[in-house]
Amino acid sequence: MATTVVPNSAKNRKVGMLAAGGALAMLGLGYASVPLYQLFCQVTGYGGTTQRADATTAAGVKIAGKSVTVRFDANVARDMPWEFKAMQVKQEVRIGQRQMARYQARNLSGQAVTGTAIFNVSPEQAGKYFNKIQCFCFTEQTLQPGQEIPMPVIYYVDPAILDDPAAKDIAEITLSYTFNETLESAAARAGKPVS
Amino acid sequence: MATIPANEGFDAHDHAHDHDHDHKPAFFARWFMSTNHKDIGTLYLIFAIFAGIIGGAVSGMMRAELAQPGIQYLGYFAQLLGTANPSFDEQLHLWNVLITAHGLIMVFFMVMPAIIGGFGNWFVPIMIGAPDMAFPRMNNVSFWLTFVGFMSLMISAFMPGGTGQGAGTGWTVYAPLSTSGSVGPAVDFAIFSLHLSGAGSILGAINFITTILNMRAPGMTLHKMPLFVWSVLVTAFLLLLALPVLAAAITMLLTDRNFGTTFFDPAGGGDPVLYQHLFWFFGHPEVYIMILPGFGIISQIISTFSKKPVFGYLGMAYAMVAIGVVGFIVWAHHMYTTGLDVNTKMYFTAATMVIAVPTGIKIFSWIATMWGGSLEFKSPMIWALGFIFLFTVGGVTGVVLANGGVDDNLHDTYYVVAHFHYVLSLGAVTSLFAGFFYWFPKMSGRMHSEFLSHLQFVVFFIGVNLIFFPMHFLGVQGMPRRYPDYAVAYTYWNEIASLGYVIMAGSMVIFFINIAYAFLAGKKAEANYWGEGATTLEWTLSSPPPFHQFETLPVIDDAAHAH
Repeated sequence: MATTVVPNSAKNRKVGMLAAGGALAMLGLGYASVPLYQLFCQVTGYGGTTQRADATTAAGVKIAGKSVTVRFDANVARDMPWEFKAMQVKQEVRIGQRQMARYQARNLSGQAVTGTAIFNVSPEQAGKYFNKIQCFCFTEQTLQPGQEIPMPVIYYVDPAILDDPAAKDIAEITLSYTFNETLESAAARAGKPVS
Repeated sequence: MATIPANEGFDAHDHAHDHDHDHKPAFFARWFMSTNHKDIGTLYLIFAIFAGIIGGAVSGMMRAELAQPGIQYLGYFAQLLGTANPSFDEQLHLWNVLITAHGLIMVFFMVMPAIIGGFGNWFVPIMIGAPDMAFPRMNNVSFWLTFVGFMSLMISAFMPGGTGQGAGTGWTVYAPLSTSGSVGPAVDFAIFSLHLSGAGSILGAINFITTILNMRAPGMTLHKMPLFVWSVLVTAFLLLLALPVLAAAITMLLTDRNFGTTFFDPAGGGDPVLYQHLFWFFGHPEVYIMILPGFGIISQIISTFSKKPVFGYLGMAYAMVAIGVVGFIVWAHHMYTTGLDVNTKMYFTAATMVIAVPTGIKIFSWIATMWGGSLEFKSPMIWALGFIFLFTVGGVTGVVLANGGVDDNLHDTYYVVAHFHYVLSLGAVTSLFAGFFYWFPKMSGRMHSEFLSHLQFVVFFIGVNLIFFPMHFLGVQGMPRRYPDYAVAYTYWNEIASLGYVIMAGSMVIFFINIAYAFLAGKKAEANYWGEGATTLEWTLSSPPPFHQFETLPVIDDAAHAH
């Protein structure tokens, strides 16, 4: 270095601004990771995220000889006045075969309540192969006071699971749903505007 | 490495011809509005010592409670902190508050301010022959942001935090415990504290990067910089790239808590595990942020007291760069039990183990520096040798924990606590003491007592090993971390660990006596009190250095002073 640089010189400000730009970029990356992570989970089935298939795709799936047991789990968030249960404990289903399972929800309160169901499967390695064709969890569900409705889900297990060394020995898959009340619904019931 | 004969001398008085160059501002302007890198470094060191006393006292409370199974002291401590008649849940909550405070204080308000803010500010400009930092006023802002951040954390201890008083989330502040699990402003204050100290550290990182890239003296090329400067440069880049990600994550926590967003709340489509990814993307580089400047300090000391240049200088510098780079791609080894699949675990296991290679290069090169050197066991050297041993122990258990399969068993046990205290509490803190005794006479102008420093080392070494070595056994036996109570079978080693704490606390008493001795009765320090082995630029200045140094820049000329 031939020249000397004094504090606060223009050259220092340039390098300083570049460094600050790097910090800002990392801050942006922190926020960008939110949608990226969601995408990552959907693509890879990470954390037991299940897949969504349309009926035509499902119709073309070959049915394999092997069967798995699918167990059904139902939960309701603590503050939500619903009763929500699976109508069957488990189903024996051949891999690739379409199957319907029934859940049922009842609104225990005197007000209309809207909720969304979040879901995953366990073991998590099965998430990538668990396809849902039709599910009450795809949209928000509103129940009037005291209303009770059946909630079907149509699913199949992708035969590709048999080619995955980490998942081919899975004999039992648990499908779990948890209903949460939407913020708008909770606010409306409390008589408050949505924050 | 550039070597400058100690007797060449850049004493400011040589240049003080017409007016007084060493004019210092009055007390308030000097210490509260300081733009002088040495004064700011001193402020950081004093601050870190105070924060260390508080953080150390908190660990004393924890070791007291853990000395015996059952709950003995938590109720008493809760009353001391202002909760009248604490319920059992409030007592247990206090435990969470203690582990949170201990972690946050030691990481953000003790080690980082001391090793980067303190020694970095003091010696980076001097070692590269610069008159000051690139942005002296921003330097001041960095310090006071850190200070206010610490105040925010202290305030949080007296705010309602859900189950009881204070933020009981762990230093990782995982959602949902930190969001829906902790109602009340305590966690908001703790998060705000991280924002402030994080902003301070990012500004500091910008300052160091600019200083080191732009303000080196003529002839001081990057490949001639002392290794401590290299270590701070790498650390500054880690800070710059890692801390903003933490800032993003904790800002999302804050909006999840207060403004109805659902980044980490499954009810709104979020995922709490995303928080863990973001946290550890910051958190893993953070552990290197705490240890790399220590590596730099140890390199200077080993070289000085072996009277040899560091063995494999370039390898040492680029080993730190490699540790810094690889440190960004291993974060999920903190998350082996969150349901990663086998292939992901394999990748993170392999990537983590790769870090042992550059770290091994460093350990090897330190030993090779001593090999055939003219060794002198002055106090900094003793501390540096202790560092190499303790850090290696922690590194070995790190390789054990890096295995995804093994970690399934050891995750969140005391084995992990033992591991990270060996590398941080014993590693980073030992390097802090090594650096302190190496540079204290340079900073203060007074010699400390070599005897007391040696004595402190022996007592400290026995104490910390008694605290943390038994934790390996407890962890392998399955004792989980973060609980104030444990099965009776774990009593024996816990008693020993608590005894070790008392011994370690005794070593701190010796430390403060030594400082008092230095200021009251210490000999005046010469410019180069360590003699011919000390070859970096700070030894060409008086002790303490003049208020403004290098008004005529030193010229680093390798041809004239070939080593």
